[in-house]
Amino acid sequence: MTMNRETLINSILAVALVAVPLIALGMDEPFIITLATKVAIFAMAGVGLNLVLGYGGLVSFGHAAFFGIGGYAAGILASHALNYEPIMESPFLIEGTTQMIIIWIVALVVSAFVALVIGAITLRTSGVYFIMITLAFAQMIYYFAISWPAYGGEDGLSIYVRNGFPGLNTLDPISYFGLCAAMLGLAMLFSAVLIRSRFGLALQGARQNAQRMTAVGIAPFRIRLVAFVVSAMITALAGALYADLNRFVSPTMLSWHMSGEIMVFVILGGVGRLFGPLAGAALYIILEHLLGGVWEFWQLPLGVLLLIVVLFARGGLVGVLAGERKHA
Amino acid sequence: MFSLFLEQLLNGLQSGVMLFLMASGLTLVFGVMGLINLAHGSLYMVGAFACAAVAAWTGSFWLGLVASLMTAALAGALVEMLIIRRLYNRDHLDQVLATFALILIFSEGTRWVFGSFPLFLSLPDFLTGTVVVGSSFEYPIFRLAIIVAGLAVAAGLFLLIGKTRLGIRIRAGEADRGMIAALGVDIDRLYTFVFALGAALAGLAGAFVGTTQSIQVGMGEPVLILAFVVIVIGGIGSIKGALVGSLLVGFTDTMGRFLLPYAFATFLDPSSATAIGSALASMLIYIVMALVLFLRPSGLFGTEA
Repeated sequence: MTMNRETLINSILAVALVAVPLIALGMDEPFIITLATKVAIFAMAGVGLNLVLGYGGLVSFGHAAFFGIGGYAAGILASHALNYEPIMESPFLIEGTTQMIIIWIVALVVSAFVALVIGAITLRTSGVYFIMITLAFAQMIYYFAISWPAYGGEDGLSIYVRNGFPGLNTLDPISYFGLCAAMLGLAMLFSAVLIRSRFGLALQGARQNAQRMTAVGIAPFRIRLVAFVVSAMITALAGALYADLNRFVSPTMLSWHMSGEIMVFVILGGVGRLFGPLAGAALYIILEHLLGGVWEFWQLPLGVLLLIVVLFARGGLVGVLAGERKHA
Repeated sequence: MFSLFLEQLLNGLQSGVMLFLMASGLTLVFGVMGLINLAHGSLYMVGAFACAAVAAWTGSFWLGLVASLMTAALAGALVEMLIIRRLYNRDHLDQVLATFALILIFSEGTRWVFGSFPLFLSLPDFLTGTVVVGSSFEYPIFRLAIIVAGLAVAAGLFLLIGKTRLGIRIRAGEADRGMIAALGVDIDRLYTFVFALGAALAGLAGAFVGTTQSIQVGMGEPVLILAFVVIVIGGIGSIKGALVGSLLVGFTDTMGRFLLPYAFATFLDPSSATAIGSALASMLIYIVMALVLFLRPSGLFGTEA
């Protein structure tokens, strides 16, 4: 592969993501490390969404549901473990855990199951219906989390001690950043391999021309459903990491604002580009940090910026910098 | 128990009528211009704030109501001419994002101007009492007034769409925009009008609902999502569908919240019955929506998916 501008930008992004926290470590600025961790996690949520949104052309406005499910998997399992209350005792004993690996597995399984159900219903529709129904399902889970009192309801659930990972002190900011960045790297690698595979080609083919896919013997529905489930799983994993970063999970993680934000990461960076979510999440967090420090109402200029990107810079940040348009 | 039931039934009707004012604008804009407008909830909020501000300034609720209509319509027309117009030929993703950006701008702008504290509307005196029917049933007058006003507006809208020349143009715009442009209808002005009409209805709904709850930034968002559920159930683009969907959602939501805890109490202990009942009630309309879509993927009155 020749080194075109997009590859160059991608390399700069990847190097910056790793270099900034390391410099911050040297300058003893743990807050910046936390910001970088947030970027990595949000980027990962975006990588999940990008799979259906960018490559599959399916505008899911409900990915906060999976982000929140991942978060609640971490919160609920940890709270049971920390309070020494088993999740259930009969017919067999299930206890909580503070091991991230087990939490991640639970997050993956639960989100996959929920995505399978939601996807099976929503993917029967398309266009605006799909947007609104994914949104509505996410709201349903949101309201459920608010009105279900067992795990904090509206107030959310605290994770008193960040969950553990073998051989790593997760409470150390730079170690936790390393873990999150590694997970982001894995997610991006997986997504890169997936979109180049037969499956990924079929998914993109279904976006470009579903009828033709059907004609060559590939059912778009199944391809899309699998993509939807995989996408949800990646986003859920990011959610579990996010809950552990904040040591707190609340229905906010499930709210439609969150869905919108994950979408903004993807669009701001560049739809259907591997490094788009990373660029978008980084820009978002930097803006939040810079503008938020100057002006209480920083979301107003953010909205204006977003509007400008949508109206005039359709390839997102990576698209503008790389100076070429991607085939839509 | 019966009077409580009746009261909840009326509350359901009220919420359905208010939803219709929101949903009709959304569905009109989608039907005529093919635009999905997330910022519709912001116009609802703008209406409520305008009403509260003008009512507090002039001391007249009626002027507030007029202000809510005018401000929301004006804001709608302005937004349409400046931004929304550029989105008609874009895909839905661009529309979602641009209107999401508009929400950020409207919400933060309102917070900037009015602060984070909720506002309250006080009603004219003759609307503050209750209506007493029979021996045990009471219902607040202003809630009845909201129902009547909402129904009147809904009827007016049906007349406008069904009987007037303008309505014919709107419906024609829905059917074939190229053709009516060729017939000499100024399509840009028609679109601005339709958008402003939807905005005015949303603003009015915001002002009405502002009498029953506090007026604050973000108040439009839950209603917006309910309105989405309504138009998905009714079939996007169909005003009749919006009416049926609004009433269905209004009644299902209100009655579910009221009845489900009782239903669960018949076989569960009271505290878990309340917990499960209210959790399930908050999900009920989405379950109804999923059911409708499962049976009819394009909604009850929709023509195409």
